[in-house]
Amino acid sequence: MGISRIFGGGVHPVEAGKGKDSTKSNGIIDLTPPAKVTIPMSMHAGAPATVCVQVGQEVKLGQVIGEAKGAISAPVHASVSGKVVAVGKCMLPSGREADAVTIENDFKDEWDPSVEASALTGNVSAEQIIEAARSKGIVGMGGAGFPTAVKLDTSKLDPKPDVLVVNGSECEPYLTSDHRIMVECADRVAEGIVLALKATGCQKAFVGIEDNKPDAVEAMKKAAQGRFEVVALPARYPQGFEKMLIYSLTGRKVPNGALPSAAGCVVLNVGTCEALCRAVREGRPLIDRVVTVAGHVNKPGNFRIRIGATALDLEDAAEGFGEGVTKIIVGGGMMGNAIPSINLPVTKNFGGLVTLAEEGHVPEESACIRCGRCVRACPMKLMPTRIDAYARHRDWAGAVAAGAKNCMECGCCTYVCPAKRQLTQSIRMAKALARIKKL
Amino acid sequence: MKQYVISSSPHLRDNSSTRRIMQDVCIALLPAAVMGVLYFGYRSAIIIALSVLAAVLSEWFYCKVSHTKETIGDFSAVVTGLLLAMNLPSTVPYWMPVVGSAIAILLCKAIFGGIGQNFVNPALAGRAILSLSWATLMNTFTQPALFNFVGVDVASGATPIGAGVAGKYTLLDLAIGNIPGTIGETCKIALLIGAAYLFIRQIISWHIPVAFIGTFAVCYLIATKMDINETLYQVLSGGLILGAFFMATDYSTSPTTNKGKLLFGFGCGLLLFIFRYCKSAKAEWCSFAILLMNVASPLIERITYNKSFGEVKKA
Repeated sequence: MGISRIFGGGVHPVEAGKGKDSTKSNGIIDLTPPAKVTIPMSMHAGAPATVCVQVGQEVKLGQVIGEAKGAISAPVHASVSGKVVAVGKCMLPSGREADAVTIENDFKDEWDPSVEASALTGNVSAEQIIEAARSKGIVGMGGAGFPTAVKLDTSKLDPKPDVLVVNGSECEPYLTSDHRIMVECADRVAEGIVLALKATGCQKAFVGIEDNKPDAVEAMKKAAQGRFEVVALPARYPQGFEKMLIYSLTGRKVPNGALPSAAGCVVLNVGTCEALCRAVREGRPLIDRVVTVAGHVNKPGNFRIRIGATALDLEDAAEGFGEGVTKIIVGGGMMGNAIPSINLPVTKNFGGLVTLAEEGHVPEESACIRCGRCVRACPMKLMPTRIDAYARHRDWAGAVAAGAKNCMECGCCTYVCPAKRQLTQSIRMAKALARIKKL
Repeated sequence: MKQYVISSSPHLRDNSSTRRIMQDVCIALLPAAVMGVLYFGYRSAIIIALSVLAAVLSEWFYCKVSHTKETIGDFSAVVTGLLLAMNLPSTVPYWMPVVGSAIAILLCKAIFGGIGQNFVNPALAGRAILSLSWATLMNTFTQPALFNFVGVDVASGATPIGAGVAGKYTLLDLAIGNIPGTIGETCKIALLIGAAYLFIRQIISWHIPVAFIGTFAVCYLIATKMDINETLYQVLSGGLILGAFFMATDYSTSPTTNKGKLLFGFGCGLLLFIFRYCKSAKAEWCSFAILLMNVASPLIERITYNKSFGEVKKA
């Protein structure tokens, strides 16, 4: 089986010269851990973890410093060994504030004994895999940061999902971290996929990779050894969005307002699969991740960096930013968050660091000319200009009736708008107000 | 520490703009405008210039008196002026394009809120008002005379729609524009070259023109008991080609969904057929067909809203 269906709409930001060429062949470089890390307790969807260490306490690499709280949560581990010097607050790349633990690195990188003790070899049960994902703080590394253990645990779902969809599309312009992980760590990713198959009880697994990464497709096909299927998908943003990916690989549509499980699918990112593999086989908690640094930087590349390092360390790794950088984006250029300052921690769901100069300039809006480009670009087949009109008249109920809640905020409408209207922002606002007003 | 700009995603934009779109429409209209000047003489060039100038000045004037942001830079007024001129015979007195453009911009566009807000195509509405007010002046056509720039003593003639294939013009004459008619509507080849440019630049989609011309042709085929020659003759007569590719596709006054566009084009084709076949063979029927559908466009849009990607059938 190959591509099942092609979703309508979408855009090609690559054509506008915003491609991945600057970093796609740059191998992952392991960065030396920083002298100090500030690790936030909220790097995942759901309840933040609670700090379980005190100032002055010595911690080992991989030791739990924040305990998961509630059903949807994830523990947080020390990403360096050393001494806790502060427990306080920090700002997240999303702009929210969270509790954080600051550890001074003793540069010994001494592993916590629990790590080696929990490494599992040979045959493992579904429960063991889910437990490993839970205790090692594995969360979705594609951006949303949904706790992986919750996704893997399909025991309470009815009907049970039957397809595991692995996201290697990486459709965001600039980003190549998943691409490099697939090329360089294909075996670990493959092992992670097999483990996830076992944990979820799915019959089949598909890896969807955009066809602009032929080396990744080849590497994954080689690693698959018939255990799962690797499918090359047309490169078109937002191919890597859950709903689009599921449709492309299985022909199933996730109903509005429902999770992928409603279409019988579990979706994991390739980076998450790699982390899952290491959690199970090495007992290694999520203490680092691969981050693409691209845009206007002197030395773009892919870096494996400890969680809790600051974006400043990434700037140093890329040997500084170029002239005229006005915007720093965490994530990709289409969906990432613009951050006000470089002094923010690298979190588990830190997708990439993209710096923009004049191309990130926010153009002045002009009147809608009703050209319908947003309508054609919308992968959810919404009518962005219509929702926008309701939102601008502060008619939130009207916006919801026009489908605002189904918007995934992929940004295609704003990207194509010739009048340069902030359609995505307007719909985002309508969604937020509808949530507050419980519409 | 340096502060950076924060804004809502997406942070990237393509390089399209309203101005670029409108400039593309002007470029697409150029071949037909040039042919109009070649066929109907220097007067055509003056009419086009006056019409564009009056449209731009009207837009500028309205922005000034209404204290709104000046919008003449978006080139939409140029398009309106150009389209109106294309719809005028080369014989009209010079005040007519000026009056027509002023009506189009001020009365049909600006007072409704400017670009994107007008409910009828301003150029067509301008033409319709001129036609209804000065019917004789608007229906005096001259014989085309290629490269006869002075164009004073060419005999006047009626548009050949009514004559049909039995008349003195061949299909070739119709295609190359060697017929009496308004400045921009006669040379179908030039119009189609312009339309092809709009397709390539993705300014217009195929839905409206194909549905419009297709519906009209099918109706005519049925009415004439499969007379392909006569049907082709009718398709190439009057303002159909100009209307289908350049007027009916106006963004503000046509639906945004593909289904809506098909329905809109279908309505235009049907109305034009009814007018031409059942009423009379007047050149401006095409304008009226489109204008009527313009008015219906919001309704069409409403009944053809897209179904969203994950919409499940309600049991």
